[in-house]
Amino acid sequence: MNQKDLLGLKELSREDIESILDTAVPMKDIIKRDIKKVPTLRGKAMVTVFYENSTRTRTSFEIAGKYLSADTVNLAVSTSSVQKGESLKDTVKTIEVMGFDLMVIRHSMSGTPHYVSRNTNMSVINAGDGTNEHPTQALLDLYSIREKKGTLDGLKVAIVGDILHSRVARSNIYGLSKFGCEVRVVGPATLMPPGLEKMNVKSYHSLEAALKGVDVINILRIQKERQQSGLFPSLDEYANLYMLRPEHLQAAKEDVLVLHPGPMNRGIEISSQVAEGLNSVINEQVTNGVAVRMALLFLMMGGSKNEVAS
Amino acid sequence: MKLLVKGGRVINPFSEQDEVLDVLIEDGIIKAISKDIPVGKDVHTVHAENKIVCPGFIDIHVHLREPGFEYKEDIASGTRAAAAGGFTSICCMPNTDPVIDNAAVASFVKERAAKSGIVNVYPIGAVTRQQAGKELAEIAELVAAGCVGLSDDGKPVLGSDIMRHALDYANMFNLPVFSHCEDTGLSAGGQMNEGYYSTIFGLQGIPHEAEEVMVARDIMLAGLTGARLHLCHLSTARSIELVKLAKKKGLQVTCEVTPHHLTLTDEVVEGYDTDAKVNPPLRAPEDIEALIAGINDGTVDCIATDHAPHHLESKDCEFNLAAFGISGLETAIPVVMSMVNAGKIDLMRMVELFTIGPADIINLDRGTLEIGAIADITIIDPDKVKMVNPQQFYSKGKNTPYKNREFRGWPYATIVKGELVASEGIVR
Repeated sequence: MNQKDLLGLKELSREDIESILDTAVPMKDIIKRDIKKVPTLRGKAMVTVFYENSTRTRTSFEIAGKYLSADTVNLAVSTSSVQKGESLKDTVKTIEVMGFDLMVIRHSMSGTPHYVSRNTNMSVINAGDGTNEHPTQALLDLYSIREKKGTLDGLKVAIVGDILHSRVARSNIYGLSKFGCEVRVVGPATLMPPGLEKMNVKSYHSLEAALKGVDVINILRIQKERQQSGLFPSLDEYANLYMLRPEHLQAAKEDVLVLHPGPMNRGIEISSQVAEGLNSVINEQVTNGVAVRMALLFLMMGGSKNEVAS
Repeated sequence: MKLLVKGGRVINPFSEQDEVLDVLIEDGIIKAISKDIPVGKDVHTVHAENKIVCPGFIDIHVHLREPGFEYKEDIASGTRAAAAGGFTSICCMPNTDPVIDNAAVASFVKERAAKSGIVNVYPIGAVTRQQAGKELAEIAELVAAGCVGLSDDGKPVLGSDIMRHALDYANMFNLPVFSHCEDTGLSAGGQMNEGYYSTIFGLQGIPHEAEEVMVARDIMLAGLTGARLHLCHLSTARSIELVKLAKKKGLQVTCEVTPHHLTLTDEVVEGYDTDAKVNPPLRAPEDIEALIAGINDGTVDCIATDHAPHHLESKDCEFNLAAFGISGLETAIPVVMSMVNAGKIDLMRMVELFTIGPADIINLDRGTLEIGAIADITIIDPDKVKMVNPQQFYSKGKNTPYKNREFRGWPYATIVKGELVASEGIVR
C-alpha cells in the first residue's frame, strides 16, 4: 500500500488490501504480548477527530497508535472550537500546523474525509463518513473472515439490515467484491439503495432465502430513528422479519461466521444466543480491529510492510 | 452614434434568415440589414467576419442576489457576467432579501439595474408573499412595477389550491407563472440524483419523481385554469414527455432546460465536487438524450442558465453543507456551442432557444434582428478555443463544474441598445 490517505475501499486494489491484512498478522501478536509496545512509530503524532459518537473505533485507533509508540491525541469535538462555529477547513489547518502526521476522522456527512484530504498534507484515515464508507471496519471484517476461513476468495457473504444508510455495507461490498466473493444483501425494500445490480450484489427481502449456503453473515446495526422517518413500521416488526436467530443458521453453511460491527441492539437485529454462540466472532472482530489499525498506521506513517513482518 | 456590424453570418430564427450580411445600428435601433453597407462617417465598425451575428441572447432564469445577498452577486456584477457571457437581457428571480413580492422591491431592482446594470434586467415577482406559499403576492402591483413573470423559485408552490389561484389570477395579466417543480417530501435531505452514483458516493438521492410529480400536477392545473405555465429547469426524460403531452393537448405550457442538465450527468459529483451540486440535480445519460430530443422536436422552448452564484464559503465545505447552484452566465454559450459542434443541436435552433424562444415566454419585444428593432445583438466567435477559468468571471460566483474545461465557440461581442458592452469576454 502506497498512498497518503485511506478514504475508502472503493479506491483500493486487492493487493493493497492484502498488504494491509498481511501486516496486521504480526500486529495481532503484539497485542497478545505481555509488554504491548513497540517503538516503531516513536516521534510520530496522530489525532482522532470524531464528529460522531464512537466507542470502539476511536478507542481502537488510539490504542493502536499507543501500542506503536505514536503520540496520540483525541480531539473532543463537543468541547472544541467547532462549537464556536469554526469551519472544518480551519480546524484541520489548526491541527496540521501543530505537527500531526496523521488524522483519523469520523463525520456524519459523506465525502468529508475526501474534503479534508484535499485541504491538508497530513495523512487522512476515514473512520466512517456518513452513509459512504467505513473502510477500517470492512478491513477488520475481511481480516476476521480470512483468519477463520483461510481465504476470502469466492466466499458467499450475506449482509443483513439497513443497506441504504450503511457505510459498513458499502465498504464490505467493495472489499469482498475484489476477492470474487458473492455478496448478498437482505433487508426491507425501504432500506435498499438503488443500483445494487450494477454493483454485482444480489438483494433479498427474505432472510431465510438470503442465508442459504452462505459462509459469512454480517449483521448491521439498525438505527432506531429510521423507524420514525417512516422506513419501517416498528422495531418489533423489524425483529420479526430480520433478527438473526439460532434457527436461521441452519440454512447457512455449518461453519458460518457471524459478524456484527457493533454496537449491537440485542433482540432487534441479533438475538443474544447468536451473538454469544459458537459461530459468532463479534468480540474477536474488536481485537482484529486494533491489529488492522496498527497495520494501517504503520503503513501510512512508518515504513514498508516488510520491516515489521521480518 | 452609429455602429456597423460588418461581414458576419447573420442568424435570425424569427425569419429563419442565415446569411452573411452587414447590420447598421443608429440610435440604438437597427437601421439596415443588407450586404455591403458602406462604412460611413462617424461609424464605429465591429468586424464580424467569420463570426455569428444573432439577436441579443435572453436568459429568463438568473439569480442576481440583490437585494440581500450582495456577497454572492449584485446587479452590477451579475449584469457584467451576463454581458461577458453574451446576454443582452436577463430576468432575475425574486428569492432575494427582501423577496421581490411587492412593487417597492421590484422598483428597487429596476432602478438599481438602470443605474449599475449594463444589460436589460426584467424582474420576476414572487407568486406568494415571502415565497411562503400561503397568500398571493400583490400581482397587479408587481406587473405595474415591471415584473414579466411570477415565480417562487427555489421553493415550489406546494399547495395545489394556491397554485391554482396563482395561475388564474396571473392569467388576468397574461403573465406566465414559473414553476420550480419539486415535491419537497420526495427530495428532502437529498444531495444529488438518486441512482447508482448516489449509492456508491453514499449521498442521499433525489429521485426523478420529485420533479415529475410536480410537473404533472402543474400541467393538470394549467389545464384546469387555461393559464400560462412555465416549467423551469426540467431535468428528466419523463418531465419532457409530460410537457410534450400538454402541448399536444393545446395547453399554454412552456419549459426551459439548462446548459448543465444538457451536458453533465450525476457521475461528475465524483470526489464530492460541490460545484456539481445543483437543484434539480444532474441526472443520467438517458435524461440528457431526452432533453436534447425535446429541443429538436420543439418541446423545449428555451435554454436558461439558472445562474446561481455563491460565495466561496458556501461551496468550500462539507458536501451536505454546500449550497445548491451553478454560476452559469459566463459558460452558457460555450457549453451549448459544444453541443452544436458535436452535431446534437442545429445552430439556428440554438439561437432560437436563446432569443425568440425566451422572449415569447415573457412577452418581450426583443429576440429578433429586424429593421426597426431594438439593437440588442450577440456575436459569437465559433472558432475561439478557451479554457473555463472561474477566476476570470465577472460574476462573484466562481462555482462552476466546467472549471478547467476547454470549449470551442465563445461570445465575441455583446451589443445592448446599440452600445457595445462587451467584446471578446471583456466588459467595456
